[in-house]
Amino acid sequence: MSYITKPVARHPKMPRNALGLTPRDYEGTMSTLCAGCGHDSVTAALIQAIFELDVEPHRLVKLSGIGCSSKTPTYFVRDAHGFNSVHGRMPSIAAGANAANRDLLYVGISGDGDSLSIGLGQFCHAIRRNVNMLYVLENNGVYGLTKGQFSASADIGSTSKAGVANRQGPIDPVNLALSLGATFVARSFSGDKAQLVPILKAGFRHNGFAFVDVISPCVTFNDHKGSTKSYAHTREHMHEVIETDFVPLRAEIKTSYAEGTARAVTMHDGSVVKLRKVDDTYDPTDRGAVLDYLGEVATRGEISTGLLYLEESGEDMHGFENTVDTPLVELPHETLCPGSSALAELQKEWV
Amino acid sequence: MDQPSASRINDFALKVATVNGTGSASANGLLLQALFRMGIPVSGKNVFPSNIQGLPTWYEIRVNKDGYTARSPEFQLIVAMNPESYARDIEEVVSGGWVIYDSSKELDDEFRRDDVTFIGLPLAQMCVEHFQGARARILMKNIMYVGALAALLEIDMDIVKGMLEEKFSHKKHLMDANYQAIDLGYNYVQEHYEHPLPIRLEKMDANRDKVMIHGNAAAALGCVYAGATVGAWYPITPSTSLMDGFTEYCKRFRVDPDTGKHNFCIIQAEDELAAAGMVIGASWMGARAFTPTSGPGISLMSEFIGLAYYAEVPSVFFDVQRTGPSTGMPTRTQQGDIMLCAYASHGDTKHIVLFPGDPRECFEFAVAAFDLTERFQTPVFVVSDLDIGMNDWVIPKLEWDDSYRPDRGKVLSAEQIEELERFYRYLDVDGDHIAARTLPGVHPKGSYFTRGSGHDKYGRYTEDSDAYMEVMDRLLEKVESAADHVPAPEVHRGEEASSIGIVSIGGCHWAVLEARDDLATRGIQVDYLRVRGFPFNQTVDDFLAEHDKVFVIEQNRDEQLRKLLLMETACSKETLYSVTYSGGQPLSKGHVLDGLAPYLEEALMGVGS
Repeated sequence: MSYITKPVARHPKMPRNALGLTPRDYEGTMSTLCAGCGHDSVTAALIQAIFELDVEPHRLVKLSGIGCSSKTPTYFVRDAHGFNSVHGRMPSIAAGANAANRDLLYVGISGDGDSLSIGLGQFCHAIRRNVNMLYVLENNGVYGLTKGQFSASADIGSTSKAGVANRQGPIDPVNLALSLGATFVARSFSGDKAQLVPILKAGFRHNGFAFVDVISPCVTFNDHKGSTKSYAHTREHMHEVIETDFVPLRAEIKTSYAEGTARAVTMHDGSVVKLRKVDDTYDPTDRGAVLDYLGEVATRGEISTGLLYLEESGEDMHGFENTVDTPLVELPHETLCPGSSALAELQKEWV
Repeated sequence: MDQPSASRINDFALKVATVNGTGSASANGLLLQALFRMGIPVSGKNVFPSNIQGLPTWYEIRVNKDGYTARSPEFQLIVAMNPESYARDIEEVVSGGWVIYDSSKELDDEFRRDDVTFIGLPLAQMCVEHFQGARARILMKNIMYVGALAALLEIDMDIVKGMLEEKFSHKKHLMDANYQAIDLGYNYVQEHYEHPLPIRLEKMDANRDKVMIHGNAAAALGCVYAGATVGAWYPITPSTSLMDGFTEYCKRFRVDPDTGKHNFCIIQAEDELAAAGMVIGASWMGARAFTPTSGPGISLMSEFIGLAYYAEVPSVFFDVQRTGPSTGMPTRTQQGDIMLCAYASHGDTKHIVLFPGDPRECFEFAVAAFDLTERFQTPVFVVSDLDIGMNDWVIPKLEWDDSYRPDRGKVLSAEQIEELERFYRYLDVDGDHIAARTLPGVHPKGSYFTRGSGHDKYGRYTEDSDAYMEVMDRLLEKVESAADHVPAPEVHRGEEASSIGIVSIGGCHWAVLEARDDLATRGIQVDYLRVRGFPFNQTVDDFLAEHDKVFVIEQNRDEQLRKLLLMETACSKETLYSVTYSGGQPLSKGHVLDGLAPYLEEALMGVGS
């Protein structure tokens, strides 16, 4: 990963958001991933989503672990603070950072090796803790930087570039997240920006851990016939369960849906997510039913996509810990230090 | 052989042997506190098993009118309440000493010794006669031996009863039962045995302005006073009580009075790796954050420690050492992590390490650790041990200077960032090896990318040799420059110059002081330096250079402090001798003198004693 400066070119007709910034202002350095990498499409979707949400760049915090996906935080929002930490341990950095400053917007970028193998524990516990962040898992079923080993999300029978078939069962992060009590669970495809952008926006606005599994094909090691994480396979087997439309707080809800097919969920900050169900028996707020439905779809060899589950009433880590609304980093020393007389008083109990 | 039958006032050690989980801890705590309130120098050491209930456990108390309260393994009196450990307990009492046992069941002849006095008390029998229910009978048996000891040793009964009143003021039925149990033990001794024993207590006034506390509580309080807001941890003996303490003091001092919400966030992590990550994340944001752990935790955290070192993120790690390697003996003490903490993580790393010698220093060094970690933007370790951390110590009252303000180091404010043309995270602009940092969210121009991968002084990713080495060289100079800022060593010198020196560390201090005085009475004057921080202060170098022979006394097998001194000072291998004890008990005078004996034989013979 070299540091390549990307020239900032602004077309006069470029759209501007409420802060007067253009999508260009939300870009980062030039990607050093392989040409055609799914991850770059996810980066583009993130830029779009963050731009549309009018995020002040320096109020965004980008975190990652190690791997191809974890390199991507340098490729978007150059003026945001970023932290490329150690392999599989990004969730703990995020939890600590969020504990200290709850006012910033957190996005974690991870991969299937980072989240489902070395970092499986931290991934699971960040969900349990309901750390308020958007967590994007760029899922390609393969280790790219170390040249093509199977990851824990590789399907049984999926073949490597060398033709070897994987025989161990995959960890399905969506299933896992749902069973662990995640309050926002989505799956999308890097090749479907129209679906991905509203999901990312809703994820940013979710109060709690917003998990988005993005099938993101590895063009170099896992885009061949026989792979179940290739562009062709994903396009062919994608089953959009639910269409997501994110309506920010300040916008008027214009889209109209036929009675009974859409469900509006008000987010913590007052913005609204509109979910249009493909199957009108699908209830994205019924965890058990969602798990059953996804299981059925999977047995047909299809991949369910969309904002699959949403629960906006839950408490995040700060709710569990009952922390003050003011970010802890802003509390003055006078508030934090009990002082000499309190110390003298306390020590009366130590005799 | 010791002759305790000669009168020894305020100068003896006793040991209580009980069964883990039977409530003896509160009886022993009562005993220790009573002696403390009698104004006598006293220490209590809990020797407990890694077990919840059923295994043998011991509590050792030493009183010493001259103030020597390091552990003494010479027990003049044993309270043998656990038949399972009778054999070894009775064997341990010194010749001429006393054994108190429960005579409800006759003592087997095999345990009898001719050279000690057996004092049988029908405790179980009295419990059955006077108390209802199995639980009460077990608990009251413990309180009863406190009553018996009060008669045998002349513990002030007003003090004991006063403590019961304080403790059970809201539970009258418990107070009555405890009173009764105390009296039963006391009266039985009065009626059946000569008392007091020649070993006995007399009120003193040595504990004015002193308090009794364990190091973990003191360290926790230091974290509160330093302004720490985020604590992340994974439970591990013997550090757990540090986070228990932090929780307790935060609930007391840090709850917002208007909203009831917390001005702190304590996260019980899924493991030590995550705990370290949380500390780094929170510190990166600008909070004061810490994690308490023990050796196994430091092993697990090592990857993150390297990240914090290289990315220059403040972070405070408390290592309450226990006996290693691996799981080792989790409930025994040791100083086996000196080397680990000094250089934790792969690659070239070196850390600031503070070594408190008692709970008071745990408090003070906790505060210092946060200042140092922010000033030098690097991990700081506070390394205590099970003995300091978990045992109750009598220490001078803690003091606090209200003019204290946290040293945040070079943290740029929004105004300062605004004035910069451009911010570079790792650029040393004033030659002190420390680059300014910004906190996330403060100012758009302050943003930068934090990474554990190779970076240049501008904070950019690099694979360039020179750019990489430039940063690494600065880091070394930065950490070494902390030598003048870590707590200076404590130095004790005699009236005359001595060519012999002792260097020691942490909780060894009290046994070393006692041994040193002992040597002085035999005409051997040794100078003594206690290391309190790493990188070593120049005073350490000077002390080593000034002495022909220096004995390094520490509690591990591998001479870790000695080796660290050899690596990090100019002294030669030939001048540094090693005295080690690694068996898991707190160090005692005997360990020191036995270790020194072969070397000092010549000197001892020279004084003709």
